[in-house]
Amino acid sequence: MLLYLSNLIQEIIAWLFALVGLPEAGIPFVSVFIKAVLIILVIMMCVAYLTWLERKIHGLVALRKGPNVVGPLGLLQPLFDGFKLLLKEMIIPANANKAVFVLAPVITFLVALLGWVIIPVEAGVVFADLNVGVLYLLATSSLAVYGIIMAGWASNSQYAFLGAIRSSSQMISYEIAMGVVIVCVVLLTGSLNMSKIVLAQQDLWYFIKLFPMAILFFIIIVAETNRHPFDLPEAESDIVSGYHTEYSGFIFALFFLAEYANMILMSSFFTILFLGGWLPLFDVAPLNMIPSFFWFVLKVVVCLWLMIQLRSILPRYRYDQLMRLGWKVFIPLSLLFFVCLAVFLKIINYIPTSY
Amino acid sequence: MENNRLKERISDFLMSLLLIDIWKGIILTTKYALFKKSVTINYPYEKSPASFRFKGEHALRRYENGEERCIACKLCEAICPAQAITIMAEKRFDGSRRTISYDIDMSKCIYCGLCEEACPVDAIVETPNVEFSTETREELFYTKEKLLANGERWENYLKAKMQELAIYK
Repeated sequence: MLLYLSNLIQEIIAWLFALVGLPEAGIPFVSVFIKAVLIILVIMMCVAYLTWLERKIHGLVALRKGPNVVGPLGLLQPLFDGFKLLLKEMIIPANANKAVFVLAPVITFLVALLGWVIIPVEAGVVFADLNVGVLYLLATSSLAVYGIIMAGWASNSQYAFLGAIRSSSQMISYEIAMGVVIVCVVLLTGSLNMSKIVLAQQDLWYFIKLFPMAILFFIIIVAETNRHPFDLPEAESDIVSGYHTEYSGFIFALFFLAEYANMILMSSFFTILFLGGWLPLFDVAPLNMIPSFFWFVLKVVVCLWLMIQLRSILPRYRYDQLMRLGWKVFIPLSLLFFVCLAVFLKIINYIPTSY
Repeated sequence: MENNRLKERISDFLMSLLLIDIWKGIILTTKYALFKKSVTINYPYEKSPASFRFKGEHALRRYENGEERCIACKLCEAICPAQAITIMAEKRFDGSRRTISYDIDMSKCIYCGLCEEACPVDAIVETPNVEFSTETREELFYTKEKLLANGERWENYLKAKMQELAIYK
């Protein structure tokens, strides 16, 4: 369905080019640009409605109602929230390093969008079908630390600085375990290409094949996106709101958007690695009639739902507990599993699926 | 004994590895989210019921023939712990004792209801109204006229309230 849409865009642009008489070499550039703008708009809408979903779920869990005044079911609430943030004054502290202060949210936001380049939402519907897709995603998600450190340092405020330090150490420690878990997936697939990883799960999802690692990976992505119960970088009760304490107005909105865009990105990453991406639940008649894009969206929404609900049921970790979990539990556990898996695959002489 | 401890440790390990408690929490909250009715009241459109003993904005009552109940005994002024009430009294043309001013500083009032308890003629009472916020402090200095107007507005409710609570007086 999406493949058809993308081809349609390309054809319309080719037709327009022929109409105006521009050189054909420009067609791919313009069509990629238009698709990029479209996808950013779609992600922004998703982010907006993710905030709505989050408030609604928290409300329902606490037997409240959540947003329900602006529009039916409060559906217009995120639009008005965004509008309000745009109208608010942008305050830059007097002692802040102004250039870095403004640059930090921009970098965080851009990095949050970068990962979408290699996410296949449907067979063949992906911006760049990189053969090193997984590595690319690891690289871009680590870059997010820069934005946060810059924000914390440039704000010239203790709370922001503490939040930035916490955030960077947390993201770095959890990235190690994340890498090892991903290597387990790659061992089975024999490829770093996201589409191939999805196609390798046609018979059985990696969620079942690599069961404990899938749960581990889910916890790690919760920690990577600085979500509850690992949201120490912005722990309200001890450091106000962490690295974005000094931010207001539009530059705060950028941080906010980046956080939620990261959540969606990481959920899609989890979906692709462990939940079989766009593949239907079972490859039988009524289920595989549904367009594969909807399966992808459904799985991502389930992940997001879980992440949000975790926030409403768990208290925040203490900092040493967080570090203990990362270094003393996740890394040994994932390494152990990785070694066992490698030995096991060697013994049964396993040939990776994509060969 | 030793065996039991081992069993316990293994079950603890499995519990934390498989996140049993977290799944329990997720199932419980999902049940709450999907099947329990929300307890929220759509406040401006619907209001929660209030007992007759609810203590809100004050009012001064009149008798049915239009005569003010207040006889300026100043018991309320005396008992008011926040000293929010100020009364000035004078002999009226017909020789009866009446107030010439009855002021309540609503910004001082702590809504304890002692004035209502002290009043021998049920003149000063408290209505269930809580929606009397103002934009300036001065508007919260209630005068006798304002209080009497409140009494007229809430008379039906107040009559029922005094009847209901009469046995406790």
